[in-house]
Amino acid sequence: MALEDKMRARSPWIMHFDTGSCNGCDLEVWALLTPRYDVERFGAINRANPKQADILLITGPVTKRCEDRLRNLYEQTPEPKLVIACGNCASTGAPFHNCYNVDGGVDKVIPVDLYVPGCACRPEALIDALVLGLSKWREKAAGTDKEDKG
Amino acid sequence: MGRATTIPFGPQHAAFLEPLNVKLTLDEETVVGAVLNQGYNHRGMEYALSLDYRKSQYLVERVCGICSFHHSSAYCQGMESLYGIEVPVRAKLIRTIMMECQRLTSHLLALGHIAEAVGYENLFMQCFREREHVMMLVNRVSGNRVHYSMNVIGGVKRDLSPEAVKDVQATIRDLRPRLEELRRVFSRDSTLSKRTRGVGKLSRQAATEWGNVGPVSRASGIPRDIRQDGFAAYSMVEFKPVVREEGDSYARMMVRMDECLQAADIIEECLPLLEDGPVAVQVKGHPKGETFSRVEAPRGELFYYIRAKGTLGLERIKLRTPALMNVASLLAMLPGCQLADVPTITVSVDPCICCTDR
Repeated sequence: MALEDKMRARSPWIMHFDTGSCNGCDLEVWALLTPRYDVERFGAINRANPKQADILLITGPVTKRCEDRLRNLYEQTPEPKLVIACGNCASTGAPFHNCYNVDGGVDKVIPVDLYVPGCACRPEALIDALVLGLSKWREKAAGTDKEDKG
Repeated sequence: MGRATTIPFGPQHAAFLEPLNVKLTLDEETVVGAVLNQGYNHRGMEYALSLDYRKSQYLVERVCGICSFHHSSAYCQGMESLYGIEVPVRAKLIRTIMMECQRLTSHLLALGHIAEAVGYENLFMQCFREREHVMMLVNRVSGNRVHYSMNVIGGVKRDLSPEAVKDVQATIRDLRPRLEELRRVFSRDSTLSKRTRGVGKLSRQAATEWGNVGPVSRASGIPRDIRQDGFAAYSMVEFKPVVREEGDSYARMMVRMDECLQAADIIEECLPLLEDGPVAVQVKGHPKGETFSRVEAPRGELFYYIRAKGTLGLERIKLRTPALMNVASLLAMLPGCQLADVPTITVSVDPCICCTDR
């Protein structure tokens, strides 16, 4: 792993995007950033900028109108990046299954690394996903590093 | 006037929790025109809710996560009037208590966001810290943090145990001095008041014309509060709507802050009124007829229209959410303001896009 990746793993910056959620999971993402759950312990802060982000927290089923936006944001995020689908909607699109303006889960549009269940997903589960995600992120960083050399 | 610049504000922006796009036309730093671009969050809720009225009890909470209990209360009230049944008093009181708890969480969220939009990170964190006490309380009482799932057609499905009543009492008692401390900061902090006083003014006349509801209209001097109609148990408690005359972002912020304290008052008034008894009545058959129901959600009047024809599906269900009216009135507030004030103004109306787009 390159030095900069080691440093980045200590400060994984978050970008949160709502693709049609009912706000329930957004609330929990915000609860995550504030004193009680405080993910800044792991160096994570919320920056609403895809170009500075390492981890994308996506909430909500993907509506037809948000689809392009989501793809655009994903493409702007530099590698290695991690996508976490927060909540049932983002994982499968479940409560809004068969709604005419909903495509389904986030994985219909962009590749997802971790799925967090729950409606709304609990902050504890999100922290768990974040910690799991960090080890996955390190693996990814090591992988891309090898590819660069090869 | 120099050459006008157009900049997009959103849909993915630091100031917004949700996707909303405002196209701003600028002359130097002054906003001269604004165009709202909504619909990023449209899921087709009215269609989905009309498919099966029994499943809608679950789905109706998912219209909006911030005011989920208000949505389900409005829906259940409407259905109860279709069935022609009266809900037990205990259920009404439990609904009122939970609605006020949700108002506390929602207003503290809105206040925190205003503080963040102004650049006061510390106050944002403090608001969320106090909010978390209420979130933990509703988690202990209802079993969920966001969607309480307590309402059913005919009452509530989860009773408040004597321990839960004591818990609510103790939490609100502990919360009150913290809320008063927050109120002191919000009303007296000079930086905050400089960024919000006189910003995004909405006159009483304009608020009437734009059809504003809730804290936004009350901050412009319109004393309208649907809670005074006495739905649920609001006819059993004493309260006066919080009204301010200034009509700027500061007034909207302070109306919310005072309503937090009012919510604590209402909860404390409701608790001694709880008497033993049933919490729900059974309903039979499918609903038939048409009705409307209204509740005062944290953002204002929430209106449900339901038409049923005696089958599993509903013929029509129409939601008119408070945020829709309040977000639209941004077009009256934004022109003439500075670009740096745009986040403050947008957040001060408390935009809830999942309500707006449904």
